[in-house]
Amino acid sequence: MLKKRIIPCLDIQNGRTVKGINFVDIRDAGDPIELAKLYADQGADELVFLDITATVENRKTWIELVKRIAREINIPFTVGGGISSVETVRELVQAGADKVSINSAAVSRPELIREISAEFGNQCVVAAVDTNLLDGAWMVYTHGGRNPTALKTLDWVKQLELLGAGEILLTSMNTDGTKRGFDLNITEQVCRTVNIPVIASGGAGSVEDFKQVFTKTQATGGLAASIFHFGEIPVPALKNYLKNEKIDIR
Amino acid sequence: MIALVKYNAGNIASVQNALNRLGAESILTDDPNLIRTADKVIFPGVGEAGTAMNYLKQQRLDEVILSLNKPFLGICLGLQLMCKSSEEGNTSCLGIFDTQVRCFPPQDKVPHMGWNNCINQKGPLFGGIETTDDMYYVHSFYAEPCLQTVATCDYILPFSAALQQDNYYAVQFHPEKSGTVGQQMLQNFLNL
Repeated sequence: MLKKRIIPCLDIQNGRTVKGINFVDIRDAGDPIELAKLYADQGADELVFLDITATVENRKTWIELVKRIAREINIPFTVGGGISSVETVRELVQAGADKVSINSAAVSRPELIREISAEFGNQCVVAAVDTNLLDGAWMVYTHGGRNPTALKTLDWVKQLELLGAGEILLTSMNTDGTKRGFDLNITEQVCRTVNIPVIASGGAGSVEDFKQVFTKTQATGGLAASIFHFGEIPVPALKNYLKNEKIDIR
Repeated sequence: MIALVKYNAGNIASVQNALNRLGAESILTDDPNLIRTADKVIFPGVGEAGTAMNYLKQQRLDEVILSLNKPFLGICLGLQLMCKSSEEGNTSCLGIFDTQVRCFPPQDKVPHMGWNNCINQKGPLFGGIETTDDMYYVHSFYAEPCLQTVATCDYILPFSAALQQDNYYAVQFHPEKSGTVGQQMLQNFLNL
């Protein structure tokens, strides 16, 4: 049976994790490698590393970090943040990234998804979509949810699938940061619209929230950041809870 | 020395990284002589079947692979290329395994992406591995079960998770990305 995936996301700034604190078992929670290893040992199914500065100057630091991650971590990982060219993807994949996450750049130039997919396969392309309700309609936002676009979310995810995305990472800005649970409504609508895997993101605040998204929608993964970093929900406790609730979990 | 057959643009560094973690020396190469003289050969890969087969034929690596009698391990696309043919680009493949590679029907999400277990495990690769242990899969095409199948996985339908013919082994999942269980399997291969 295919298991539901639990995916911690690490925000990286100048080679350091931004939010990590409160870990007793590691020496340096600001070191992405130490934190990533801890998550992998705890049973995280995949990891996402987001370069939140993503400037040209720190590109080299970023590539070096990706190489270190690839050497140390034995589970799949995605890297994202400011990727807008096939050239950058090539560097990241050669450094050892399994997948890349593309967000705003796909809205500016949708062909980018097709180009990456053609060269590296669709399993390499995670299309990240930030969505929010605008006058009752689910719309696509870019640049961390700041800029609205004229794209309807369901039309856009279908187009991303046709362009060659291997999965959709859907973040509901509506719920992101609220800790009141994933937005089940738009998550399930997106799951029904595409036939590629969908990862739900934004709003997880409790173990029950993961149960809801895995039982009420067809999402195959759940992504969260701060609840894991601050130790509010340790990965093993979350996975044990979901197993007891008869959800297929590794 | 382990030779990793280089034949596409995919993330093959990950297999080499996994071997380094196990302390095994490896070289990424498309040089027939290095492949012939290596102790063991790993045939990794993600990518498209037609393009990959064309490249192997151009370099005459298809003949080299078929002539080997040392332990040989195909991973993911590597497994698929060791079958008779693939629906991906209607490709004629190496024919080590007497089975076809087909596209998953769209009854569930495709690609099959994530952690899944496999059953009916046979042979030395599965030493110390349980049928409840999960491995990481990511693929849109699958090999139909056949007499050489040594483990099956169920997603939409039962398919070959692993195959073996003499010295030729193959797995559909990515042991190099499958945590400690995957490491155990790579160690089992190194011990052959």
